[in-house]
Amino acid sequence: MWKWLHPYAKGEATYKLLGAWLPWLSGLAAVLMTVGLVWGLFYAPPDYQQGDSYRIIFIHVPAAMFSMGAYTGMAIAALIALVWQIRTAEWAIAAIAPVGAVLTFVALFTGAVWGKPMWGTWWEWDARLTSELILLFLYIGVLALYYAFNDARTGAKAAAILSLVGVVNVPIIHFSVYWWNSLHQGATITKFEKPSMPPEMLIPLLISIAGFLFLTAALVTQRLRNEILKQELHRPWAQQQLGVEVNHGV
Amino acid sequence: MNNASTWQLISCIMRRDLAVALRRRSDIINPLLFVVIVVTLFPLAVGPGPDILGRIATGVIWVAALLSALLGSERLFRDDFLDGSLEQLVLLPAPLPALALGKIIVHWLLSGLPLVILAPLCALLLKLPVDAWGVLMLTLLVGTPMLSAMTAVGAALTVSLGRGGALLSLLLLPLFIPLLIFAAAAVESTLVGTSAYGQVLLLAGLMLLTLTLAPLAVAAAIRVSVN
Repeated sequence: MWKWLHPYAKGEATYKLLGAWLPWLSGLAAVLMTVGLVWGLFYAPPDYQQGDSYRIIFIHVPAAMFSMGAYTGMAIAALIALVWQIRTAEWAIAAIAPVGAVLTFVALFTGAVWGKPMWGTWWEWDARLTSELILLFLYIGVLALYYAFNDARTGAKAAAILSLVGVVNVPIIHFSVYWWNSLHQGATITKFEKPSMPPEMLIPLLISIAGFLFLTAALVTQRLRNEILKQELHRPWAQQQLGVEVNHGV
Repeated sequence: MNNASTWQLISCIMRRDLAVALRRRSDIINPLLFVVIVVTLFPLAVGPGPDILGRIATGVIWVAALLSALLGSERLFRDDFLDGSLEQLVLLPAPLPALALGKIIVHWLLSGLPLVILAPLCALLLKLPVDAWGVLMLTLLVGTPMLSAMTAVGAALTVSLGRGGALLSLLLLPLFIPLLIFAAAAVESTLVGTSAYGQVLLLAGLMLLTLTLAPLAVAAAIRVSVN
């Protein structure tokens, strides 16, 4: 297996592999998100208690899930970068962090919009909300540290350590609704129990979640490709990709 | 025998750090004065009524403690980095996380412990009811080692940057939030007359976890910083 993995430590091989994946990921993201969101926002039945305003769940839940998922992915990349010193993994941190930060922001924003009619407040200092806000700060901190150093490798490694330190927050967010008496409702979808949602709502939600998964993957893939090109610009294959000659120095 | 020499090395480093720090007392005293001054500002800003002050006292003292931890954080590794002794530390035949733990303990002795002792004065200034003083000191006693450990992680990450100050606060303050929440909750539950042991024990558990894991992160960060 290691023999098979090894070429992907090099930028060029990874760039081409990601290039082959990208159309599939973005195509699936487009189809699933269109189906899931149109179904969810227009055709799913209204909730008996929350009426139509529950429909924001079709954006809120997937964004919140992958704000944590992206962080976990970033932490795994950070571990690979620190343990095996693979540069592609270091660039993956820079590729994932902004996507994750935007997803976190979307989750917080849609949560606030949903909270106003349901709880009567935009913001509540509640465990789930606060820990999600900390997640946003962590993403920003990782990004700030990544770009703070003159030497890009030092910055990447420092950011990798920070993202590993911050990973303790992910389980806190996930379990916050069970550990504390929270205003936030508990999980709707669980692996082991019957979901507390009728199938007419559940199926579009699951489709939307899959759509967000592929959207996140597609965005990260594209960003990682750009990062690889940027870092490898001094190499002939990268210049060939862009069709330009880049002269460093005079 | 090998084991003994590791212990000797660590205690040697700790004694050296203590000696160096005690020769520059202003570095120890200034963050404490900072806490006292911040605490003094609040009665002037929100009014001296005991009902308001007593309610916000814990929060004010803890926030002042967090900010003063940031102020003193550069002291941890900056001088060692500049004069090259941090590199010598990495080269020592002792596990770097253990040395990092030694440095964290020394830092706590000089920043966290004085803060615990100073807490009753701040509580007095802010008119915190006397019943809650003990719990406030207890939360500081179990919370400040965590502060020192996390500050050490941040300081080690940014030591090779000339201008780490603002970045350091961006990195560390989010990580301090859980500490702040539980410490404030502990004192709050004393004030309303319920037991604070749950929160204090939770804080103590968090402290042990941090003191176990943070030295590893500090060691990795030092290795990155000295290259």
